[in-house]
Amino acid sequence: MYSQGLIGADGRTDEDEAFLAAFQERIDAELKIEPNDPMPEGYRKTLVRQISQHAHSEIIGMQPEGNWITRAPTLRRKAALLAKVQDEGGHGLYLYSAAETLGVSREEMTDQLLSGAAKYSSIFNYPTLTWGDIGAIGWLVDGAAIMNQIPLCRCSYGPYARAMIRVCKEESFHQRQGYEIMMTLARGSDEQKAMAQDALDRYWWPSLMMFGPSEGSSVHSSQSMAWKIKRFTNDELRDKFINATVPQAKYLGLTVPDPDLKWNEERQSYDHGEIDWDEFWRVVKGDGPCNRERLRNRNRVHDEGAWVREAALAHAEKRRERAEAAKIAAE
Amino acid sequence: MTETTPLWEVFIRARNGLNHKHAGSLHAADAELALQAARDVYTRRGEGQSIWVVRSSDIVASDPQDKDMMFEPTATKIYRHPTFYEIPDEVGNM
Repeated sequence: MYSQGLIGADGRTDEDEAFLAAFQERIDAELKIEPNDPMPEGYRKTLVRQISQHAHSEIIGMQPEGNWITRAPTLRRKAALLAKVQDEGGHGLYLYSAAETLGVSREEMTDQLLSGAAKYSSIFNYPTLTWGDIGAIGWLVDGAAIMNQIPLCRCSYGPYARAMIRVCKEESFHQRQGYEIMMTLARGSDEQKAMAQDALDRYWWPSLMMFGPSEGSSVHSSQSMAWKIKRFTNDELRDKFINATVPQAKYLGLTVPDPDLKWNEERQSYDHGEIDWDEFWRVVKGDGPCNRERLRNRNRVHDEGAWVREAALAHAEKRRERAEAAKIAAE
Repeated sequence: MTETTPLWEVFIRARNGLNHKHAGSLHAADAELALQAARDVYTRRGEGQSIWVVRSSDIVASDPQDKDMMFEPTATKIYRHPTFYEIPDEVGNM
């Protein structure tokens, strides 16, 4: 989610230097930028792009997990999964609200998602084939999301930072429920252990891709860092995630599917094998295992719900008219 | 559907004794739906005892451009603060 939202972000801006310098001074002083404050157009556009794609990711992210609500193995697991999926919907709504403070409308953002013009995180284009995948998603995908989102709580844009604080508070339950599922499977029958290992095998690399490609000396990325929209590079966050996750896999008795994974004493960090960026770009550009299905579902649900939105508005309008008529009659 | 659903600001009182505090915003067709949506979106973990929803279009806000004119003068009025006044220690806590 998150840092992928900056892919292709256009931070170009044409304000004069005095304006940009004054803005940068505020950012450097760690002053938050609030909705109606003067801001460079490039800053606004970059944020609209990142926040809306982050919101889309939360909304599309409901699908892979929603797939298992009716098949959760116990009532406890089902209640937890239902609450988690509901949270993802809530997170999407906080984020859409934050983006709207930058002058983009909810309808515009919805249209961009439905038409495929806007992207969402590549990770949600992978299928959830087994119950083990629900464990792996909570543990790895939400774990990677937390790594990305904690620094966003200090993002220079106030409404985004505040939304992230709420999201992070709620997200830690998600990761714990996922890890608990993995623990149960890893301590279970041979078949259950194999299911946990298979889920890790399939979700490990896509989870690492969530942080986005190495930026090298990307101009867009350094601009986002200077504006304190992001605080760490994609590689720094990916390393943090790997370093936190590898011991957790060991505790489960599972094997991380990377033969080149090795502790680097000098860096005090794990070195990892080559990430398949061709796969990443394929998925981002629409050719992942589930891209079409995700968008088709989102469009179907949107169309099927149209009558509810229309009825609610018609009802509100009728009540308003009646209240007005009653007021006039009483005068 | 091109008709837009109105925007509402949500204020939540965490518990009695505290102010209602701005929690965020949401879209809803009318006040009743706004209240229900606010409950689902902003109070899933016992964050509230009471909710206010206000149409965003009904809020009148000061202009950030006028910030200095509005708020800067108070910076010079330090006599509004208790520490402006010198009271000898013998007098005790005041």
